[in-house]
Amino acid sequence: MNQQVNDAGDVHNPTSVERRGDRELVITRTFDAPPSIVFRAWSQAELFRRWWVPESVPGGVSLVSCEMDVRTGGTYRLEFGAGGPDTMAFFGKYLEVVPNERIVWTNDEGEEGAITTVTFEDRSGKTLLTFHEIYPSSEALEEALQGGAAALPEQLEQLDEFLSSAGE
Amino acid sequence: MVHYVSPPLDLSFAALADATRRGIIDQLGRSDASITSLADKFEMTLTGMKKHVQVLERAGLVVTQKVGRVRTCRLGKGGLAAEAEWIEAHRKLFEARFDALDDIISKMKQEVSNESAG
Repeated sequence: MNQQVNDAGDVHNPTSVERRGDRELVITRTFDAPPSIVFRAWSQAELFRRWWVPESVPGGVSLVSCEMDVRTGGTYRLEFGAGGPDTMAFFGKYLEVVPNERIVWTNDEGEEGAITTVTFEDRSGKTLLTFHEIYPSSEALEEALQGGAAALPEQLEQLDEFLSSAGE
Repeated sequence: MVHYVSPPLDLSFAALADATRRGIIDQLGRSDASITSLADKFEMTLTGMKKHVQVLERAGLVVTQKVGRVRTCRLGKGGLAAEAEWIEAHRKLFEARFDALDDIISKMKQEVSNESAG
């Protein structure tokens, strides 16, 4: 079995991140549960908000609001905060939702945002999850690679750090 | 102000396909060097060395700066290094997310089996 142990001693499946060509980013991970459960954890706001910003992230960064209407044509809006009054919003529209199979959405908070597709594939009762981002141009991916370098209020620096790195 | 733009990966690979250019990267990893000293070290003409350095520069692997009459070369922060850093940062972020998701999923699995048992 290809598994790894994190600092807390828990056994988890590995997460792989790979760049494909000059416009795509692909992240994969296997979960020990059927697609119906993984899809539910991704598509219900009260479950999604519990893991999208993991507690292990320092700096008090959290999701201050999380609205998601996961159906084709529905929209989402996530607002991150770090304790202060300022928040940073991420929003977009669901282009395609097939329950237990795939969710496709836009990232509209910036110019030239990526289209994200997450698929849930049944692998004998487990789920192979693939998170795929395709940018409109190679320049847009390069921009993302460089971290965007947007000017942010001081209160959001920590947040930016979290969003652009992993919050080690 | 140096503006780093990470060039396409293909450029990096093409730049590193040449043995001399890999040697230059190796050399610059030890210390910065002028084009003249690199030309001496690799026993080639100044013009030849300039061409190699230009290829590395376009790929973001090398940055050059002209002070007086001397052009100094050093390793760039763009290209492969920046990309590797970014990918590693993304991997860590998603690993933390997916570890948290794993925990939620096992609780959900537990609930589902409790429901079907009851």
